[in-house]
Amino acid sequence: MTAAPLMSFIAVNRFGLGGRPEERAAAASDPRGWLKAQLAEDGTVSPAFAGLPAGGEVTGRLARAHEAEQEARRPPSLSPGAPGGGFGAETGVGAGAGAPRPGGGRVPPLVPPLSAVTDPANGDDAPMRRPPKLVIPPPPPGGGTPGGAAVGSEATVGLQDPLKQLQIELRDLFRREAGARIQAMATADQPFRERLVAFWSNHFTVSVRRSEVTGLVGAFEREAIRPHVTGHFEDMLLAAIRHPAMLLYLDNAQSIGPHSQVGLRSRRGLNENLAREILELRTLGVEGGYGQDDVRAFAAILTGWSVLGPRDVDGGTNGFVFRPATHEPGEKSLLGVRYPEGGESEGVAALAALARHPATARHVATRLARHFIADQPPAAAVARLERVFRDSGGDLGRLAGALVDSPEAWAEPLAKIKTPEELVVSTLRATGVIWPLDRVVGQLRQLGQMSFSAPSPAGWPDVAGEWIGPEAVMQRIEWCALAGHRLAPMVRPADLLEATIGPVARPETRQVVLQAASVAEAVTLLLASPEFQRR
Amino acid sequence: MLFRSTRRQFLVGLPVSLAVACPGFGSLALAMAAAPTARRLVVVILRGALDGLAAVAPYGDPAYRSQRGPLAMAEPGKADGLLDLGGHFGLHPALAPLHAFYRNGQLAVFHAVASPYRGRSHFDGQDLLETGFATPRQAPSSLREAGESGWLNRALGLLPVSHPFPQNRPGLAMGQTVPLILRGAAPVSSWAPAAMPEPNPDLIGRLVQLYLGDPLLAPALEEGLRGQLFADTALAVPAPAPVSPPPPPVGGMGGPTAATPAPASAPRPSGGDFPALAVTLARFLNPEAGPRVAVMELGGWDTHAGQGAAKGRLADALRPLAVGLAGLAQTLTPEIWRQTAVVVVTEFGRTVAVNGTGGTDHGTGGCAFLFGGAVVGGRVMTDWPGLAQPALFEGRDLMPTLDLRAVLKGVLRDHLGLPIAGINATVFPDSGAVAPVAGLIRT
Repeated sequence: MTAAPLMSFIAVNRFGLGGRPEERAAAASDPRGWLKAQLAEDGTVSPAFAGLPAGGEVTGRLARAHEAEQEARRPPSLSPGAPGGGFGAETGVGAGAGAPRPGGGRVPPLVPPLSAVTDPANGDDAPMRRPPKLVIPPPPPGGGTPGGAAVGSEATVGLQDPLKQLQIELRDLFRREAGARIQAMATADQPFRERLVAFWSNHFTVSVRRSEVTGLVGAFEREAIRPHVTGHFEDMLLAAIRHPAMLLYLDNAQSIGPHSQVGLRSRRGLNENLAREILELRTLGVEGGYGQDDVRAFAAILTGWSVLGPRDVDGGTNGFVFRPATHEPGEKSLLGVRYPEGGESEGVAALAALARHPATARHVATRLARHFIADQPPAAAVARLERVFRDSGGDLGRLAGALVDSPEAWAEPLAKIKTPEELVVSTLRATGVIWPLDRVVGQLRQLGQMSFSAPSPAGWPDVAGEWIGPEAVMQRIEWCALAGHRLAPMVRPADLLEATIGPVARPETRQVVLQAASVAEAVTLLLASPEFQRR
Repeated sequence: MLFRSTRRQFLVGLPVSLAVACPGFGSLALAMAAAPTARRLVVVILRGALDGLAAVAPYGDPAYRSQRGPLAMAEPGKADGLLDLGGHFGLHPALAPLHAFYRNGQLAVFHAVASPYRGRSHFDGQDLLETGFATPRQAPSSLREAGESGWLNRALGLLPVSHPFPQNRPGLAMGQTVPLILRGAAPVSSWAPAAMPEPNPDLIGRLVQLYLGDPLLAPALEEGLRGQLFADTALAVPAPAPVSPPPPPVGGMGGPTAATPAPASAPRPSGGDFPALAVTLARFLNPEAGPRVAVMELGGWDTHAGQGAAKGRLADALRPLAVGLAGLAQTLTPEIWRQTAVVVVTEFGRTVAVNGTGGTDHGTGGCAFLFGGAVVGGRVMTDWPGLAQPALFEGRDLMPTLDLRAVLKGVLRDHLGLPIAGINATVFPDSGAVAPVAGLIRT
């Protein structure tokens, strides 16, 4: 049986996000109870998110700006341009009410190319799976400032170039969203719930590597993930896939059934991206037993699932619209199950079936066990979680409870290396000191894990080998030194050591920290110690 | 700078005198009796699946225009047209900086090429591309106990002579972490531009102590210190000033060599984008003590929508690739350029037909590049299967007719001098039936 102080350490660090001073005592008396209480409570809404806009609002603003842009560009007389000719930047959201735009005018992307959002040097699109190197854009001249109006007021939208103005606002919004997320994690009073939010947000990754979603990533997490972390997987899956951020990130907003009303009139058609990634990453897993035909069928089922665009400004909910005119008609067969023509309901039914599929239970159980137990999770723990997922119909609250009850999660106090985000957040929580959020976001960018910028739809990696490399360790140490200098005036090293890694600190770590030449160095050594670098 | 380097060397237990006496390592090279391989191999991984039919378009294929539809590009000589590669194939105009290298025989293209992977998952495809195994996520039993490792790391273990500068590593990843392709038993280093100030050496020394015995952090810190020591030294040699327009790739690549006296200090390069990293890599490859094998990665290839033809998302992704590769060539000294081969690979190709959203979905066959002064280039090597519908793989993808491992094996054997038996046993297990492509490297 693991000793009580160790149990508390694991509860606070493995399951939580690193202890704030006041919660260590709460977790100490009954670590499992402290965790389970967080599952039983409703999720609290962090004040960090005050004033940040809903996805539907951002989508509506984009649609209106888009519309204004199109009006401005419309030639005096409509020419019956070749449909499908403007494939370059044309977005499906332009297909308002299911009708392709006469003239097929080329529409600029919703926001500038990724390079403009991330790095002025075009091409710093870091490779998939790698921690990206994004650059926080400089504040736009005269643009919104942190703490300003939600997406900027109508008055700030220039009449001349509404889209461009909105794009600038959305980039600023992204900075605030990234900062708010860190603030919410650093101040969460339900840290286990907050870790679950981060876990599921990563499972359903949307990333600003596709610039179309720049203004939507924060709303995605608030609207599709947070409400469901102790709810049902099926509901979270549906909310995540229907969210404008996901439909844009994985191209479904533009996917068109080849035999749909619009498909027959144009050369546009299916895009498999979302369908494939739902099967591979969000539900069944790559070995879940699906084939290329299933990918095509699922893509056909999901046609019509799109995002509010010009001309349907009043339609849709939360920015989602179903466009019958782009939906592929007819019966589809996915994983041996027939889906008779049912419009929007086909996708809902298919997602529900995927949520209940045994391969999904195994895939989700494996990912959870990897996050909460070990990079190579023990088979017994995975099997147990899998069973709970199946027996409960994907009840994520019960699944989280089963994790708390997993003896494997309490066996080894330092089994997981912290990601850069976990390192930074646990440091902020340990001291209660938060420095300017823009700085924190920039430092996380340098460490390779800026919020909402995962390198690929697979999300951030969850194994040590992907995070620890020679240069990565040097940069972690550099960050610890930076934090050490900032925190030095506010902490006593001996107290901080006891409060953070006390139960697991080795004698040599104590000695090196307590004998450091300065408080700043002591804090640096503590933060960089193997014990603090793990959870 | 010098003190810090010395200090680092002390920290990792290396002979201090080396760095102090030979900051550029140049003179040390002359003292080496047995010449090890001077060859440099760079592997560039394009993550996300490059559309090989767009990068190198088979404009001479009778089915090209009808199959590619709006993705088809104008023929060579026309506005925004392809750059001709000798008739049948044309280089994407965004790759223009590489065209001169092709004409000079320093760029070879392989087409209708694929790894053994036949699925369409990026992540499995990349695993297989990097592990060198014939099936995803499953090491052959002969290698299982070695754990997770990449083929390039295992190739390092076969280098005929060990690295002449044991204080440096023969393998380098450009990035904070080491990608799977270069992970494994052979220690390697990684490098990325730093934005935060360096902590003082005493503090680092205490962390070395604190990390002792830590299986994850200790080796990473040691390699990090080694890598920074080498990088500081190599970067103290000023890079040649960028020349514009680029000079011809042969003969015109002046610039200081490793023997150029180092100034007291030089600013660390800060650019993290591909062209900047590629130029920095060249500065690492130039010294005699530099790495023999290096890896770079570049994303942005998953063009499901709005891919474009001569312009668009794909063109925007291709441009920095070409600029970076050309910059690498122009920053290498002429001697090292002659000893260098760069292989550019991706996990799979993309669909032949345009999808419903002006892009392409995950496919199978694609193209790969071999670039460098050591390369016998100026040709497109392919057993071209054609783009007519019946010739396609599963009715949608370019049919692969060349195993990517055949190319890689040819390069490892003829460029790095690795024995084919060793390649078959450990680098690409289960590839005995895949004969290396011969004649890729100048002799």
